[in-house]
Amino acid sequence: MMIPAIVRTAMVSLRRDRGALALSFVLPVVFFSIFAVIFGGQRNSTPKVKLLVADEDRSPVSRRLVEGLQHEGSLVVNTRPDPVKEVEQPEYSAATAEAAVKTGAAAVALVIPHGFGESPIAVGPANSDRPTIQMLEDPSDVIAPQVIAGMLQKVAMTSLPDLMAEQGSRYFDQFAGGLTKEQHERLNDGLRFLRERQASGAADSGSGSGGIIAVTTRTVVGEKKNNPMISFYAAAIGVMFLLFTASGAAGALLDEQESGTLDRVLSSRVTMTKLMLGKLAYNSLLAFSQLVVMFLWGWAVFKLDLWSHIPGFLVMGVCTAVAVAAFGLLLASLCKTRAQLGALSTLVILVMSSIGGSMFPRYLMPEGMQKAGLFTINAWAIDGFTKIFWRDEPISHLWPQVAVLLAICIGLFLIARRVARRWEFS
Amino acid sequence: MPSPATSTTNSVPLRVGALVKRFGGLTAVDGITLELRSGECLGLLGPNGAGKSTLIRSIVGRVIPDGGTISVFGAPADSTAARETLGWVPQEIALYPRLSCRENLQSFGRYHGISGAALDQAVKRCLDWATLTDRADDLVANLSGGMKRRLNMAAGLVQQPKLVLMDEPTVGVDPQSRNHIFEMIEKLHADGMSLIYTTHYMEEAERLCDRIAIVDHGKVIALGTNAELVQSAFGSRSQVLARFAGGAERISAWVEQRGGKAVDGAAQFTVEHPTEIASLLEDSAKAGLELLDVSLRKPNLESVFLHLTGRELRD
Repeated sequence: MMIPAIVRTAMVSLRRDRGALALSFVLPVVFFSIFAVIFGGQRNSTPKVKLLVADEDRSPVSRRLVEGLQHEGSLVVNTRPDPVKEVEQPEYSAATAEAAVKTGAAAVALVIPHGFGESPIAVGPANSDRPTIQMLEDPSDVIAPQVIAGMLQKVAMTSLPDLMAEQGSRYFDQFAGGLTKEQHERLNDGLRFLRERQASGAADSGSGSGGIIAVTTRTVVGEKKNNPMISFYAAAIGVMFLLFTASGAAGALLDEQESGTLDRVLSSRVTMTKLMLGKLAYNSLLAFSQLVVMFLWGWAVFKLDLWSHIPGFLVMGVCTAVAVAAFGLLLASLCKTRAQLGALSTLVILVMSSIGGSMFPRYLMPEGMQKAGLFTINAWAIDGFTKIFWRDEPISHLWPQVAVLLAICIGLFLIARRVARRWEFS
Repeated sequence: MPSPATSTTNSVPLRVGALVKRFGGLTAVDGITLELRSGECLGLLGPNGAGKSTLIRSIVGRVIPDGGTISVFGAPADSTAARETLGWVPQEIALYPRLSCRENLQSFGRYHGISGAALDQAVKRCLDWATLTDRADDLVANLSGGMKRRLNMAAGLVQQPKLVLMDEPTVGVDPQSRNHIFEMIEKLHADGMSLIYTTHYMEEAERLCDRIAIVDHGKVIALGTNAELVQSAFGSRSQVLARFAGGAERISAWVEQRGGKAVDGAAQFTVEHPTEIASLLEDSAKAGLELLDVSLRKPNLESVFLHLTGRELRD
């Protein structure tokens, strides 16, 4: 009798605690869904790897290779930048493709050099004179370069099978004493068949086996960085914890309301607007201090290059801090009790952090979710810090992040102030 | 201790006129009219839920009334001028628990716009008044219940108000600490501070207040000095309290028939002369009731409240 009574009491308490209910049942489902979308390979939303191609060779062979890459369903291949004001841009050159990778337009660019078409297949002894494809990569994306390296080989096999066989026969002639006339005729028949099959489109991208294209890889962003992901994680994890701290600190308003201190404060010369501005200032200062500690730790332990990025860090640090502070105030003003705030903030912050890129980089996510991430503070803050610490971009390039974070701060603060009217008078 | 304003003003410290405040269907304050005289301690006596706190919160501008007027030294209740002359001691311990006594007083002083040497002096005065000088740097969370109450009162006076509203400042306090608080208030009163003191303890109102307003269901049902209230309700009459053995129904039937009231199983009668007790007892014997004990007492505020409302103060 007693054990069921204990269970019953606990169940009734849980049923009446909506925050605990949400944490118990809604949060796991939301999280499961987010992870399922990102990693579950939902058919229409599998993340595609973006690739820039600068075809400087412009030979039939290089064109076949580019077309082969374009036919790959898992790649989005751009040979020229997006149109600007509906004006089509010129095709990528080696230089413009490299610049695009540096600014984060894509994690990888392939440069097909002049003369590549004359000797595309790298079977046989190495020949240093032969032009090789250059892969320019941004190592902050650890996945895209590997995917593209593999894809390139696969596409070479499937889109240039005749060239591979021809090259093989040439080496055989050269180093193994050659084929008999009858063997040559049979080989030529085979090559003719491969060319016809290729021309008729019968060879799909999934068939074929064996073959190598020579590729040299070059890192074009953060070449001198000690650890490519440290700046990303300092920002990503930092922002998530800033959000938790800010909502916790803003919860002091609820404590003060419950204890009657808020009433006493508001009966003095302090108005609600002044009080909330004070809380915003304090929460911002707290959040900024947290970021300083985090980045100092990153510098001391993980060799994060903090000192040569101080101005950018200050700009992004302040903007991020004021945005999370206003966010915390809004959450607190929406809640009636600390317990409610705890549940709501856990739910909202974990969801925001997962889609905003604090838990895994946004480039891993399907496009729709990447766009959804733009509604989070995390995404804008992480993008800004990445621009400074990873891409070494000038402060002037931070204007979109600064504008959005400041707008978030002002917008959320005004809403919080409006909601807090319920505390002002009764 | 905080001293009241030295500048004498002819304005009345507080005037409340036909004040009404409703919360949904509940009328918490129902047309209260009051006037506080300069240097007076006016008690608001009533049971929990009578509307005392709502009245106080309206005066300090934390509740917006639905009707009526409030003026503090001639200024509207929610004006800056009123805020500067009003001190409020809320019923709750409205302090920062992780701050020390001194830090709490400094914070509230700054919220009232006091700074520098004036703030230091105000804090020192308040600590002395609350006899917390030796605990000035202790965190509020580590203070005893009585000390927290005293600091709570001191925090309401840090800006040197001319009128102080105290909302049940002795709630949950042990008798010794309560006495300490009474002494603080008496000191304040003796220095000429105008005070409003709400309580549901008759003894507190009797001890501290010059005049008492009895509040019930959002209305002032009687107002006057202790003696005036008793006199108007009972005149020169006294109360007889008698206990009988036997069934409650039989007792209450007899009490009603004799024009008395049955309260907590006892019979209560109002008599003009003590000699009337004899005839009452004789009558009860005739009715077959066995007397357990009988007492004669002068009516007090409790009796007045019971007389006016038919209920006890602590119902």
